[in-house]
Amino acid sequence: MILMQGKCVPKGVTSGPLYFFRRSSGEVTQRTVADIEGEKARLERAQAQSVEQLEALAEKCRAESGDESAVLFETHAMFVEDEDYVDCILSALEEEHCNVEYAVRQAGEQFAAMFAAMDDEYMQARAADIRDVTRRILNNLMGIVEGGIDSEEPVILAADDLAPSETLQLDKSKILGFITQGGSGNSHTAILARTMGIPAICGLGDALKQGYEGRTAYIDGETGKVCLEPDELTLQSFREKLAKQEQMRELMQTMRGQEDVTLDGRHIKVYCNIGSPEDVSAVLANDGQGIGLFRSEFLYLAASDYPTEEEQFQAYKSVAEAIGGKRVIIRTLDIGADKQVDYFHLTKEENPAMGLRAIRICLNRPEVFRTQLRALYRASAYGKVAIMFPMITSVWEVKECKRACKSVMAELTKEGIPFNPETEIGIMVETPASVFMARDLAKLVDFFSVGTNDLTQYTLACDRQCNDLGKFFDPHHPAILRALKMAADAAHAEGIWIGICGELGADLSLLPTFLAMGIDELSVSPASVLPLRAAIRRSIAQTCTLELLEG
Amino acid sequence: MKQFTYVITDPLGIHARPAGLLAKQAKSYAPTVVTISKGGQTVKAGQLMKLMSLGVKGGDEITVSADGGDEDTALAGRKAFLEANL
Repeated sequence: MILMQGKCVPKGVTSGPLYFFRRSSGEVTQRTVADIEGEKARLERAQAQSVEQLEALAEKCRAESGDESAVLFETHAMFVEDEDYVDCILSALEEEHCNVEYAVRQAGEQFAAMFAAMDDEYMQARAADIRDVTRRILNNLMGIVEGGIDSEEPVILAADDLAPSETLQLDKSKILGFITQGGSGNSHTAILARTMGIPAICGLGDALKQGYEGRTAYIDGETGKVCLEPDELTLQSFREKLAKQEQMRELMQTMRGQEDVTLDGRHIKVYCNIGSPEDVSAVLANDGQGIGLFRSEFLYLAASDYPTEEEQFQAYKSVAEAIGGKRVIIRTLDIGADKQVDYFHLTKEENPAMGLRAIRICLNRPEVFRTQLRALYRASAYGKVAIMFPMITSVWEVKECKRACKSVMAELTKEGIPFNPETEIGIMVETPASVFMARDLAKLVDFFSVGTNDLTQYTLACDRQCNDLGKFFDPHHPAILRALKMAADAAHAEGIWIGICGELGADLSLLPTFLAMGIDELSVSPASVLPLRAAIRRSIAQTCTLELLEG
Repeated sequence: MKQFTYVITDPLGIHARPAGLLAKQAKSYAPTVVTISKGGQTVKAGQLMKLMSLGVKGGDEITVSADGGDEDTALAGRKAFLEANL
């Protein structure tokens, strides 16, 4: 029996084959190659593979959604073999004696640039098709698997740690759980696992060895233990837990359709946090009352260039419509810090958590901000969209955001494009400054949402990515809870509502404290909705106390 | 070499879908070489990316030429395609 211990995301137990995440930066460097014929043969193989994949995709599309979408992939397949594109690759090989990856990338950039320079919005957008095709050929050349998981069966995904952009590309239907060498219970892997409602164990360190690939692992999110070749006793206890988990899951289903109200009649909104439009199905399946945090970063992290207004509009609209008139709070761009996007060309910072990130980038780059705001306001005509600004520290920032909103609304009015002028505007309370300024900030907005992850990191001066802080990183620290109470009191004094969209919102041990503070909304991962609802329905708000705020 | 001119009626012009179809069918006329010209720029019908990069829009006039082999059949085929799709 091999036993490993890490920090866990308590989402039950699971077992399955271990699969190590294969990272290839996909970065292409130029090398001199003598065997040009060999490179040509590699190109031919990669082309054939690409065409085969694209034709399979076209066939799948045709069966599922008809001819129109299938044609896109067929056109991509033709791009792969386009005479001029291939000539361009071949002549680079002949003339520069470079590796084929480099030649392919150069050709891709050249043709993408040709389309991008055209005086026609439709053709400009085709640059993305060329990049997509080029990426596919490169992936095939470098053996990168799309979706990251080259396995027919679902697996337990093992990695050193996963970056946000990496987690986005993963084929989620193939993941039973995560185990990582680095990271903590607050890392992005952990957040993804919570959203998916599956167990994750982080910070296993060197105990997790690449050599374990393919072996069946038993992971227990309650204890943080990973086990290979369990002995009879361990296996038996694992099976018991699994059976109990199934029972619990069934029991929780009885919570569907029930109101989120305490025994003494206090209503509280239970919303969900999501990271992409595809997560909406999990919100609906778990009966969330709305979306309290829709992270818009996915649009930026998954792209190789700034997403257009139209792309963003479609994504926001699809969520607003899919959730059927329930509130959707969309957070504007929150990159920087641990979420990096190459094409933003941000300067490398010593301490990015305190650097140019989130709203600071938006206020510095009004064009990027304007594109997103236009897409958000356009989507507001299709559902109950609310806009939320992250990383606020000052009154002037909120005033500037609101000015940007006003000018976007004026533009849309002039262009005759529909939007909801009453779209709610809120801010994240996640910096100590915003807590101190809460009363003034509350006068300017419709709601607050507390991001407890960052608020904890900034208040306690504890880096959330750092694995060694242990007992110093205490999300239950009275300082955090007092900050929450200050923000709640300020919000209520100004007649606005306050929610929590950080991980703390799903922490059932803090529910009485939240009820005592009068928190109006809790936004949690979809899988946490029903357990939270069950806990709310057992609570008596009047008897809840603030004793945890005492030092 | 034979040729004809055609004015595009589809407002989107030669966008990806018809360009793809044009390029796909180009091969079936070998050895006849079909070219498409707009404003002094000429590309072979089989050059998909270059064909799209002509940026042909609704209202633009293009010249379709056929050279070698059965030029008449190739042109008739192209003309029928343009009339049906563009």
